[in-house]
Amino acid sequence: MNCPGVLRAAGAFAHLEMTVTVLLFASYADALGKSTLELPLPAGATVREVLDRLSSLPGAAALPPAPLVAVNQEYASADHRLRAGDEVAIIPPVAGG
Amino acid sequence: MRTAIVERALDPCAILAEVERSANGAALLFVGTVRETNDRRAVTGIDYSAYVPMAERELAAIVAETSDRFGTADIVVEHRVGTLGLGEASVVIAAAHPHRAPAFEACRFVIEELKRRLPVWKREHYADGTREWIDPTRASAPAETRP
Repeated sequence: MNCPGVLRAAGAFAHLEMTVTVLLFASYADALGKSTLELPLPAGATVREVLDRLSSLPGAAALPPAPLVAVNQEYASADHRLRAGDEVAIIPPVAGG
Repeated sequence: MRTAIVERALDPCAILAEVERSANGAALLFVGTVRETNDRRAVTGIDYSAYVPMAERELAAIVAETSDRFGTADIVVEHRVGTLGLGEASVVIAAAHPHRAPAFEACRFVIEELKRRLPVWKREHYADGTREWIDPTRASAPAETRP
């Protein structure tokens, strides 16, 4: 690599950690046996990394590979970049009405 | 406009009264109720749960969009959560407009958007004692019998 400055910056970045709160509902809460968890992540992590972490938990086989997600109560994509303290809700298929 | 997620019984007549004004020539009332069968199974009740703070925001956003789209601010929606018995109202939508066509369309738009995006879930109780979360994306019944 010929860009040591960038590498150094990225290395420092990876050491920073942040915590987000993950909310689970309905069938997903039943499957994982909990409705909330605090998840430590590297700074700058995205929604996709939350989903990757969840997929390794017991019971996660019941979750689809790409569930609906809301960040701070608004629907968000897998690329959405998270900040410390964000509330990340994993939304099962909705069935209101 | 007014929207709410509530834990008490809904009062459709009171909600309809909120949209009645002499400028309106049409007032529509939609009442969604717990049906005794789903997918050919005998249903005895439904638990409704919600991501309440998001559902409140999303319901308010749906009604604001409906108001812009159909040109009326006379829309009131309440969605109930908790355990409901057969025939009980889970959602009530009242929409009024000077003319009937936009009133019908506004009412329809609210219920369809709500079913598409409101973070609310239901777990049906069946006559055989079992309970199941409903996943409308996996409905096995013909469309006309879906919830």
